[in-house]
Amino acid sequence: MSDTATVPALQEHVHGPLKHQFDDIAQQHEADTLGMWLFLATEVMFFGGMFTGYSIYRSQYHEAFAAASNHLDLLMGTINTGVLIGSSLTMAMAVHAAALGRRRALIICLIATMVLGCGFLGIKAYEYHHKFVENLVPGPNFHFEGNSARETEVFYSFYFAMTGLHAIHMIIGVGILAVLTFYAWWRGFHPQNKHIEITGLYWHFVDIVWIFLFPLLYLVGHHEK
Amino acid sequence: MSTVPVEPVVEAPRNYLNASYGVKSWLLTTDHKRIALLYLVTITILFFLGGAFAVMIRLELATPQGDLMTPDTYNKMFTLHGIIMVFFFLVPSIPATLGNFLVPMMIGARDMAFPRINLLSWYVLTIGAVISISAAVMGGVDTGWTFYTPYSTTYSNTYVTLMAVGIFIAGFSSILTGLNFIVTIHTMRAPGLTWFRMPLFIWSHYATAIIIMLGTPVIAITLLLVGAERTLKLGIFDPALGGDPILFQHLFWFYSHPAVYIMVLPAMGVVSELITCFSRKRIFGYSFVALSSVAIAILSFLVWGHHLFVSGQSVYAGMIFSLLSFMVAVPSAIKVFNWTATLYRGSISYDTPMLYAFGFIGLFTIGGLTGLFVATMAIDLHVHDTYFIIAHFHYIMVGGTVMAYMGGLHYWWPKMTGRMYPEGWAKFSALVLFVGFNLTFFPQFILGYLGMPRRYYAYPEEFQVLNVMSSAGATILGVGYLIPLVYLFWSMRYGERASSNPWGATSLEWQTPSPPPTENFTVTPVVTEEAYTYSHEAPEHV
Repeated sequence: MSDTATVPALQEHVHGPLKHQFDDIAQQHEADTLGMWLFLATEVMFFGGMFTGYSIYRSQYHEAFAAASNHLDLLMGTINTGVLIGSSLTMAMAVHAAALGRRRALIICLIATMVLGCGFLGIKAYEYHHKFVENLVPGPNFHFEGNSARETEVFYSFYFAMTGLHAIHMIIGVGILAVLTFYAWWRGFHPQNKHIEITGLYWHFVDIVWIFLFPLLYLVGHHEK
Repeated sequence: MSTVPVEPVVEAPRNYLNASYGVKSWLLTTDHKRIALLYLVTITILFFLGGAFAVMIRLELATPQGDLMTPDTYNKMFTLHGIIMVFFFLVPSIPATLGNFLVPMMIGARDMAFPRINLLSWYVLTIGAVISISAAVMGGVDTGWTFYTPYSTTYSNTYVTLMAVGIFIAGFSSILTGLNFIVTIHTMRAPGLTWFRMPLFIWSHYATAIIIMLGTPVIAITLLLVGAERTLKLGIFDPALGGDPILFQHLFWFYSHPAVYIMVLPAMGVVSELITCFSRKRIFGYSFVALSSVAIAILSFLVWGHHLFVSGQSVYAGMIFSLLSFMVAVPSAIKVFNWTATLYRGSISYDTPMLYAFGFIGLFTIGGLTGLFVATMAIDLHVHDTYFIIAHFHYIMVGGTVMAYMGGLHYWWPKMTGRMYPEGWAKFSALVLFVGFNLTFFPQFILGYLGMPRRYYAYPEEFQVLNVMSSAGATILGVGYLIPLVYLFWSMRYGERASSNPWGATSLEWQTPSPPPTENFTVTPVVTEEAYTYSHEAPEHV
């Protein structure tokens, strides 16, 4: 922070105009970043409730969870993990491009991130469709061949709740990226750089949630196949 | 400059109230002081709505037979009373009104760190309240405010999902307020205002914000899962699928027990300010009072299991939760002892805010000590789900939080409105509230101990005397709340004009005019000493 503190013009370029409640740009930047980290802390607790529930049932219904997990499409899950990690890369490149003031690169990176994010959602929708066709969606039509059909429905409840909530976060993220791309395109990106940095934090967080979801949902039963 | 003609004399100096006029200037304001007043109006309406449901409960319980309403209606009445009071009044009460108004002023800032998010939080609460009230109007909810599964997920035919959506949305209001507090306190303190020079009100709001940030998301996901189980037929709490309804209780109380401290920590902050100001003495053991708030915030997350002593939780888990619950009493007691020590040899004056502070200390102590009773497993077996519990938590929430809220409202009223409230009426209503409160809730301790369960619309005849006492007390309590509603409105127009520092208090919000200018301070204050540098002189009134 100290190296930029000497160049107020660059600061305004990177962090946007100073709002009236702050004394200087450094204070404003600190507040914005801290705000986003705190929000992410609430998100950890939000997903944490479901991870807790999942852990309890997984220890109780070990075999059912392994059997149900093996019915998930491992190939699609793996591809999606790759797609999402790729989107994190392009997001990080977007933050970098914004900091350097490269508008063209920024727009390309933002669009790439959105495309990868939508690709993830598309593959997820395909998987959901398959589960629907296979009668693996919890509810009256749920049907699972095997010994512990009852408990596998709990697994699929968690599967849909956790990946569904993750997908909602992805959709919100893509929406924010679309707005940022629009601003970068039409207004020049000067006032939005800190927004891109903060959105980047959010995007990476959503990716990290998936990094936990993937092994817990797709891989837990794999060695028992 | 010399060519500009002399400006006409402006009567009132510019302040945040007369800076601009019109509905739009209020609904689109980003001024934390105006947002505090928006919150004040909203939660006052919700408080009287929640109170109306309590009136129905006490009317039904005036006689042993169920004669006023059907059992189903009665279930809805206590459910709506609990939901409105807990989620829409007590949780936002002190932080959203007094906290919003005072946190930036006490630390010498011009506004919150995120003024637009602050306004958003008010809209979010209002939308949540409208949705929840629609659920109430469309047919209500009968699960109790606790939404216990499997009743709430499988059996109840009432508007559970809609109500859960309303509470879910209102939770974001809490989160946004808490986020604003933490960021503001961390990054926007005036020069020289170190952490251990901050007023204790700020410390308690900081601790509250931590609980809000870590607890609220958990109730959000829990209610979301209940809603998903009802609408999408997921089976997370459904015993028919091997799901565990007790998991809901764990998740629910993981938020809802710390939520008690979301309600009472800001109240403790208010009382710390009142006690030291009206004793004209430095607070005794400043750092202990400050850090006990943080200790309560941390411990509050480790005690939720004391709500599950009779839910089939393992007895060893129960023992640990019991022990941890006892530990929360330590920082709470530190506060009470330090307030008492502050009073010792103080130059005490009995203005209305101080009467409320005394009320708080007495009633909170009773509520806290009976909390130790119910944290003991053997006693909890006897009093669980009885009126003893009702009395216990009303002593904390009404006797504690609402008393401090009323005290704080009177104390900072001159700062918020620029007018004094009528002291005689205020003292009278404080007394009425104290008498009414004790008459309402003390008999309930006895009723509960004798075995009257909560949430029943009829009871055996031998309980009638105590129930009639309670209902009579509730009437007095209602009058006690209506009197301030009238005279506070009256004082906004006709009250005596307040000076910038009518109580001779030392914290920063009193170093600026009443009502304050929009930017709070014309010059950013520089802090050179701790918050409570009182000498023993009596305050010069008005």
